Amino acid sequence: MSGPTAPAEVKPAAAARQGRTLGVRSRRRISLSFKVLIAVLTAVYALIPVFFVITASLNPLQTISGASLIPTRVTFDHYARLFNSPFHPWPQWILNSVIVSSLTAIIVVALCALAAYSFSRFRFRGRRLGLMALVLVQLFPNMLAFVALFLLLQAIGNALPSFSVAIPGVGTFEPARLGLNSLGGLILIYAGGALGFNTWLMKAYFDTVPYDLDESALVDGASHTQAFRYVVLPLVRPVLAVIAILSFISTYSDFILARVMLSSTENFTLAVGMTLFIRGQFTQQWGTFAAAAVIGALPIVITFLLLQRQLIGGLARGGVKG
Amino acid sequence: MTGQQEAPRQRGASSPILSLIWRLIALAFIDAVALLLAYAFFGGGLGLAAIILLAITAAINVIFLVDRLYPLRWISPGLLLLVLMVVYPFVYTVYVATTNFSSTNVLAKEQVVERLEQQFYTPEGSESLSWRAYRSPDGDFLILLADPSGRQLVGDPAQGVIPLDEYQATFGPIDPADNLPTSIDDHVKLSRGESVRYLTALSQLVITDAEAQLRIVSLDRAELGRQRFVYDPATDSMTDQQTGTVYRAEGGFFVAADGTRAPAPGFVQVIGLDNFFRVVTDRRISGAFFGVFTWTFTFALLSVLTTFALGLALALVFNDQRLPLKGLFRTLAIIPYTVPGFISALVWVGLLNPNFGPINGFLRDFVGVNPQWFSDGTLAKIAILLVNTWLGYPYMLIVALGALQSIPGDLYEAAEIDGASPWQRFSTITLPLLLVALAPLLIGSFAFNFNNFTLIDLVTEGGPPTPGAVTPAGQTDILISYSFRLAFSGGRGQDYAFAAAISIFIFAIVAAITIFNFRLSRRLENLTG
Repeated sequence: MSGPTAPAEVKPAAAARQGRTLGVRSRRRISLSFKVLIAVLTAVYALIPVFFVITASLNPLQTISGASLIPTRVTFDHYARLFNSPFHPWPQWILNSVIVSSLTAIIVVALCALAAYSFSRFRFRGRRLGLMALVLVQLFPNMLAFVALFLLLQAIGNALPSFSVAIPGVGTFEPARLGLNSLGGLILIYAGGALGFNTWLMKAYFDTVPYDLDESALVDGASHTQAFRYVVLPLVRPVLAVIAILSFISTYSDFILARVMLSSTENFTLAVGMTLFIRGQFTQQWGTFAAAAVIGALPIVITFLLLQRQLIGGLARGGVKG
Repeated sequence: MTGQQEAPRQRGASSPILSLIWRLIALAFIDAVALLLAYAFFGGGLGLAAIILLAITAAINVIFLVDRLYPLRWISPGLLLLVLMVVYPFVYTVYVATTNFSSTNVLAKEQVVERLEQQFYTPEGSESLSWRAYRSPDGDFLILLADPSGRQLVGDPAQGVIPLDEYQATFGPIDPADNLPTSIDDHVKLSRGESVRYLTALSQLVITDAEAQLRIVSLDRAELGRQRFVYDPATDSMTDQQTGTVYRAEGGFFVAADGTRAPAPGFVQVIGLDNFFRVVTDRRISGAFFGVFTWTFTFALLSVLTTFALGLALALVFNDQRLPLKGLFRTLAIIPYTVPGFISALVWVGLLNPNFGPINGFLRDFVGVNPQWFSDGTLAKIAILLVNTWLGYPYMLIVALGALQSIPGDLYEAAEIDGASPWQRFSTITLPLLLVALAPLLIGSFAFNFNNFTLIDLVTEGGPPTPGAVTPAGQTDILISYSFRLAFSGGRGQDYAFAAAISIFIFAIVAAITIFNFRLSRRLENLTG
């Protein structure tokens, strides 16, 4: 490593340094108190909007203008209103968000694990090309192709309106629900967009599992499927969990694709639905909005804080969360 | 990783035969579904998608039946989704950007030709027909027509207008009163009184076949219309049979010599690179585009600078081992990062509300100003940056803390022994080392903010509007939100093609940034590792 050269301007006079020793110590104490002050101010800066929203959600007042940091009285009316509002199907939005984010996470983890096993364990023609393609794909986040994705889903929806396959005992399967304004179509878009990077990440982790382990299983007569299922998969569980949680959170936080693809209120994810609060009398339903914001954010905030170390490790490699 | 397997085989598979049977069953199912879908795609005018689907299905069959391609079996499901949702949309974006696809030009040319050819007119001086209606128990009608010369025709909604002697049906006995059959199949002749009763339904009845269109005009009269437009593929033109006007296919419409358009929507047509040139050549667009373009870079750059400056300053504070409750402070400081961005953005919209929001309340009471955050362009930009600083500094704090801890302590000791001041230590050791370590992340953050649609659209919706802009470009719009508005905002129509062209610009810029970043981080890896 080529470190920077030592500072050019240095004062070699030992006497000058000695004369300042006492000053340095007290200056250090002052600088520490200064740092504590900064830390406190930072906490205040970070938390004021958060507190403001939490108290607004508990304050009986509905408007933003009368809201204060300390509520006069604590009530859960705003939370109750969320669940039986005549205006917004808010519970449906949360449910949609959870369905979309969970299924996306499951599909991403499953497909990435399969592909990563192959890239890590087999040597085949086109392997290097495939790995390079995975890097290349990261140059084109599919969020940027939202116009084409919109037209694609529209075309799929138009092409398939009459299809509905009834499977007795299971229900009616409608491929048409992959079109515009469907959660199914949105899930496939999210999952497809997350595959490139996560396969790459997972392959790197698979590489750290010694090949001797699954090879001995193969020698003992296991098939690749069995070696994957019973030897490799249990060892890579941490990375599976991190990728699942990260794809859940980034899907949950996405706004643009959901906004483009979903058009009817009952199909909205939380991110799109919440924008309805800022239309019209936003400031008049501030309390309800605040309650929605608290419930919408809390699970993510808690997950993040509990798993700080693991998730931030993944994030430092993956860039920036939405 | 040391293991190498040259020829993967299903070593020790419990039963190769069983595995083959399962694969055949699964493939049969997949093929059946794919064939159905492809059939539907062809019917829906999606020939390209159908061909791609069939090609992919064929590839899947090969991959799962040829043993040599065993490793690909693991990759193919992910690959399929990747092609459908990343590669195809990218290719399709490029295609759309070279067309005139918009809300006025949606249909394929064949569809527009078909629509025009389904229009009818009644030639002047055409003889009127007398008619009688027959009604089935289900309420369906058949019309029996007679022209003045006595030739009889049957109007059947299912089949069109057919000469009576060619019409296949069982006729009832001839009624001597009017010399017509009393019934045709299960349709029974209506008396004049009954015809009056059903006249509304009958006059709405339009019976059409390839050349003619039958309408009931009055109780005594029906008219047979003729096809109005005839398409000639050789000259790529549409002739109006009524007026003789010739409409040529031009720029996505059928246009007559005097500039009038045939009465049909436009069609999608490849127009080459016009959408890209429009940005430069069309003065009404180039002004707004230049504003958006400049602000996108300014916004992304300032966002990185503000968040990094604040994050780094805090990292220096939090890196002090003597700081009490370090873990707690750190956790509190990164909370803004853990809140989903769309929620934070909306909360800030409330906090910054000029009339009722607490921030303006504070500013009114203690500073004496009341900034109109969302109606003034400059203030809106400042508001965006303020909000983004709050959202983004924790990320910088986290990564800067990590990087600070990896700077060897002896560098500082050496500097201190040499008598370097704290500022000298920071500017000659800390900052350069941090910048080297964090450069890829800073560039990543730049690319992220470059496309930070969530923030812009939720905080300002791109507004306030740019005065005099012909395209829906607001003063805080960045390229991606501008593209979104071109494609989906109502009012001025959906210009998918121009939006796709803007997306291509973004693609190119983001790809350039990312490639630069890959190279940079590889160079840094060589440098540091």
